Amino acid sequence: MSQETVVVAMSGGVDSSLAASLLQEAGYRVIGLTMRLWSEADEDEDLVPAEGGCCALSAADDARRVAEALGIPHYVVNMKGTFYREVVEGFIAAYARGETPNPCILCNRRLKFGALWERARALGADYLATGHYARSDRDSRTGRYLLKKGIDPDKDQAYALYNLSQDQLSRALFPLGGMTKGETRRLALQRGLVTARKPESQEVCFIPDNDYRRFLKKRIPEEIRPGPIVDSAGRILGEHRGLPYYTVGQRKGLGLAAGKPLYVIRLDPQENTLVVGRSEEVPQRRLIAGDLNFIAIDQLKGSLRVTGKIRYRSREAAAVIEPFGEDQLLCRFDEPQWGITPGQSAVFYDGEVVVGGGIIRRPLGDR
Amino acid sequence: MRKIYLDNAATTRVRPEVAEVMMTHLVEKYGNPSSVHSFGREARVAVEEARGQVAALIGAKPEEIIFTSGGTEADNLALKGVARANRSKGNHIITTRIEHHAILHTAEALEKEGLEVTYLPVDQYGLVDPEEVRRSIKASTILISVMAANNEVGTVQPIREIGVIAREKGVYFHTDAVQAVGNIPIDVNADHIDLLSLSGHKIYGPKGVGVLYIRRGTRIQPIVHGGAHERNKRAGTENVPGIVGLSKAAELARIELKEHMDYLKGLRDRLISGLLSIEDVQLNGHPERRLPGNVNVSVRYVEGEAMLLSLDLKGIAASSGSACTSGSLEPSHVLLAMGIPHEVAHGSLRFSLGKFNTQEDVDYVLEVLPEIVQRLRSMSPFAAAR
Repeated sequence: MSQETVVVAMSGGVDSSLAASLLQEAGYRVIGLTMRLWSEADEDEDLVPAEGGCCALSAADDARRVAEALGIPHYVVNMKGTFYREVVEGFIAAYARGETPNPCILCNRRLKFGALWERARALGADYLATGHYARSDRDSRTGRYLLKKGIDPDKDQAYALYNLSQDQLSRALFPLGGMTKGETRRLALQRGLVTARKPESQEVCFIPDNDYRRFLKKRIPEEIRPGPIVDSAGRILGEHRGLPYYTVGQRKGLGLAAGKPLYVIRLDPQENTLVVGRSEEVPQRRLIAGDLNFIAIDQLKGSLRVTGKIRYRSREAAAVIEPFGEDQLLCRFDEPQWGITPGQSAVFYDGEVVVGGGIIRRPLGDR
Repeated sequence: MRKIYLDNAATTRVRPEVAEVMMTHLVEKYGNPSSVHSFGREARVAVEEARGQVAALIGAKPEEIIFTSGGTEADNLALKGVARANRSKGNHIITTRIEHHAILHTAEALEKEGLEVTYLPVDQYGLVDPEEVRRSIKASTILISVMAANNEVGTVQPIREIGVIAREKGVYFHTDAVQAVGNIPIDVNADHIDLLSLSGHKIYGPKGVGVLYIRRGTRIQPIVHGGAHERNKRAGTENVPGIVGLSKAAELARIELKEHMDYLKGLRDRLISGLLSIEDVQLNGHPERRLPGNVNVSVRYVEGEAMLLSLDLKGIAASSGSACTSGSLEPSHVLLAMGIPHEVAHGSLRFSLGKFNTQEDVDYVLEVLPEIVQRLRSMSPFAAAR
């Protein structure tokens, strides 16, 4: 049997570097590809890319050095245009709609396992590997490809992969799924990988200074209009600087001199109004999600008991999900959840297994 | 794995004879040519002998040869130096749309300084029309810069005709001959060239050394200041190992020119005819007026980049005009200037042959590439739709 070929998406960080090394040791023919992604620094020479960002030029250089040391071919592929169209534009549009998007999720589906996979396939690849802390598996009963959490609870990244299709999962390899970040660093050091000590990458890779407010102000100034801040009873408490500057659950930076601390409860783009309230008004029990993708099941037919996460860093909580109208679902948590935010993804689990998820459209008042 | 280098337009392997003389000047004759002592004197002699060798290759006089750090610096010096020294005469430069970026970006920088630049179009083969050059000359024109041969598609320009026109109109004529020198005959007097850029590493010499030929009497200002080196035209301690390496490479290039051209043309034509036998492949550039080592084709329905990487995985080093990997999304400005549609330009592939290539190398490409093209087309939505 001929050796199987795997393309590793090498970001220049320690995780994908080690992934490449481990796959090589496992006997695969390994090719490294680094995506050159659009960054605001491309347009503005004064913006110096942050350390470790995966759009940074140095990222490609680090990946190249690792590949060279491993003795595997490595190429940088230009995906600036695709990335801008598929990820950055969506990011901007979501903020303009009053949502808080998660660009990494879109990037995984459209770029890494989309456009990059096409390049990998052109090179004869059987698999595409990434340095995500997640595991893939196959359900022998249903024949479905499964996505499971990485075993390191602090690093688990299955959340960001929930919208991969069966087709995409069938050719995905996640060599770090069974490892902790500590083990990754140790194994990378043992192997002398130059990226072993690199810091974690930044939040939004295409905004060099991580200041998304400044970024939006430059791109969609017309969407950033001051408007009223009101409480849930409609009383005007002050003025906001433009809805895209705020996110649900936020307390700081409201500029309100109220006695009790106030939090963002809701953004109302139609009225250009920011609704705030006391901390007990923030948690919500129910949400509607759309743009659904299911992994462990083909589709959601009835109600299903799951655990759910409403953002990458939130804690999993017990919930029931059920179909809601056309291509949406209703999720009802057992306990109210802090900061259910339109635009973020709600991901549902059955133990270790990702059931599926969707993009939060809106919270739903309690019944 | 077999490794075949077919990217000689990017750079060439240093000839052993060249490496040998360079070594001498790295470890034995390492003096600074500006020093008065014996170490300095022997280095000075080597540099002046090198000037003679390079001059002989292009029919110039030794004192008209200025050593630079390479072709890019030579191009910068030619454009900026002439533009700044001739402000009182005029502020208009004529060049073409298919120049190397060393010219185009320099011209753009000069535009920011207030210079006016005309970028001439080319025909479908990448040829500049000398009459177009004539029509573009104005009273304020001080310089015409047209490359001798194009780096991507290999088209050889009618530089003698352009030189005649420039001379007649009293305008300086510069040619970027980085790809042409050593590959086709060039004579600065017969071709009426006032300034010419060349580079060491394209002719089996070292990287980091080049030349600007400046005809005697040409008004030009230095762009690098800091000493009286190179007749006040280019300050900085001479790169002696590089210069003697370039000298040896130039000497051999002059002696072997005819033989070298015939050899490369044989390989080139074999490769071109083999490639054209693949379905939906077209030759880019001029069928005859072409560098002896240049092969540039467009393979329809396939991305040049995918072919390039697939070839590399098979050990074959080529290059692609679409240059996605180099960070530019746009396909080659040269192919677009020739009126080649985007989708065809994206499927372009350049093989540039050199003296170390063999017929077996060519045959290996012709064995490997059709399989790659077939595989890529089998997954291309464009190929399926045709």
